[in-house]
Amino acid sequence: MIKIGKMLQQLLSSLGEKPATHRYPFERVSLPPRFRGKLKFYPEKCIGCRLCMRDCPSAAIQINKIGEKRFEAVISLDRCIYCAQCVDVCPKKALEITSEFELAQLDRKNLKAVFSPPAEPPSAGQAGATNASPETKAPEGA
Amino acid sequence: MSRIKIPIGPQHPALKEPENFQLALEGERIMEAGMRLGYNHRGMEKACEQRSYIQDIYLLERVCGICSHSHSTCFVQAVEEIAGLQITPRAAYIRVLIGELERIHSHMLWFGVAAHEVGFDTLLMYSWRDREIVMDLLAEISGNRVNYAINTIGGVRRDITPELSARIAQGIDRLEERTKYYIQVATEEATLIARLSKVGFLSKQDALALGAIGPTGRASAVDSDTRRDDPYAVYNELAFKVITDEHCDVYGRTLVRLGELMETYKIIRQVLERLPEGPLTVKAPRKIPAGEAFSRYEAPRGEDVHYVRSNGTEKPERVKVRAPTLANLASVAKMLENNYLADAPIIIAAIDPCFSCTDRALVLKEANGRNRRSMEWDALRTYGIEWHRRRGIDFAGAGKRLLKLMEGH
Repeated sequence: MIKIGKMLQQLLSSLGEKPATHRYPFERVSLPPRFRGKLKFYPEKCIGCRLCMRDCPSAAIQINKIGEKRFEAVISLDRCIYCAQCVDVCPKKALEITSEFELAQLDRKNLKAVFSPPAEPPSAGQAGATNASPETKAPEGA
Repeated sequence: MSRIKIPIGPQHPALKEPENFQLALEGERIMEAGMRLGYNHRGMEKACEQRSYIQDIYLLERVCGICSHSHSTCFVQAVEEIAGLQITPRAAYIRVLIGELERIHSHMLWFGVAAHEVGFDTLLMYSWRDREIVMDLLAEISGNRVNYAINTIGGVRRDITPELSARIAQGIDRLEERTKYYIQVATEEATLIARLSKVGFLSKQDALALGAIGPTGRASAVDSDTRRDDPYAVYNELAFKVITDEHCDVYGRTLVRLGELMETYKIIRQVLERLPEGPLTVKAPRKIPAGEAFSRYEAPRGEDVHYVRSNGTEKPERVKVRAPTLANLASVAKMLENNYLADAPIIIAAIDPCFSCTDRALVLKEANGRNRRSMEWDALRTYGIEWHRRRGIDFAGAGKRLLKLMEGH
């Protein structure tokens, strides 16, 4: 049955329907739980083995020793390819993926996520510990 | 009638990726076609030699945005062969499942693009709307819509839960219903049949002589499919037909891909039914023993080939990628002959080209075969301007304007 206008019926039935496109950003899209988004780092679990640094395909993660058994992670969000290999390789589950994906910035400086351990108790007497917040704050409305 | 040579590309509205075709025209007809690669060369094979095997999986996954799973599976198969690893049946089944889901999204994408190239944008919109079903499924299984990162050396990284299995089955039912509708559209819509028939003809002899593979070859009645001829993973346990077609033109290539979609749904249903229990990975050494392997994989565009050579360290000594498009490119020149210029976009699109996967670099050697010649950037620019000037295209004016702009910075 060869004829012209085979898709006409489909078009007419679509007239009364809503658009299939999500009206992002006004409508939020729910992401699957396994979605590989921004990394999260737990400084208290890290033992500083640096396996994640060794296996990262794009050298996006940097583990710095900032004191006795205290490590901070610096993750370059622009270098990261969100493959979660570091999460797989971490023996202490100090890294995990979140479903945060809106990471665009106007300034490259903001594409660094620094995860520092909490400030040391004064008894240890280590100097030079940074007391940065556990996560960098991205500027609102960028 | 005098011949006119026109270049199409590297930047052209009809091409999605940079590629250069030189067409010799007589009036409206293409008499001869030549092409040049190399506008999108990224040096990935070389980069693979400086990274460990684990890192290479993610690098090679990004060779192509559409057949990402094909390249990563092809690579890990080669590495596993060298290391003598036997992956678990469950891992093999999951690899097949992702591979077939990827085939659905690739063929759906191609169907939309082909419709768009002939001006049937309605079909593009609907087929891509339905393609979202499979994209969402892939994102749910693996955590990303494009780069699934499902493979690791010695198995897979993500499991298929029963809930996911049910979701996939639902999605497949919906997609099958839609694909049946598209097959109706492709076989009954008079305008589409008239537009695609007899365009880009490639006879069976030519297809064999030029080495056309995948749907391009199968549409010219070349009955070859790596999944059947050299089964990898678990394709030897699955029942499916290899779709071929006698049309030998763009219309045939459309029908082959739509037919393959129907076979793919069958394969996925079998995989979901038979998914065996077991662990996902076997332990893989970081240092792969010395050796070499050659791995074949039926990507959506045809047979993908990886050659990996190891020297006993953490990094491969050589990785060679032969993407399917490279094998199909030779037949494009043949297909373009004796067609109208207006058909060039659809003929090029009909092999489902992926120029980024395909690109190769040329190393210039002196005629004595000894000295390699490398060019500084300025010399290369001058050479390029000269090269085009010899062919009657003068960029000198534009070059001066560009220099002025660059001095301003």
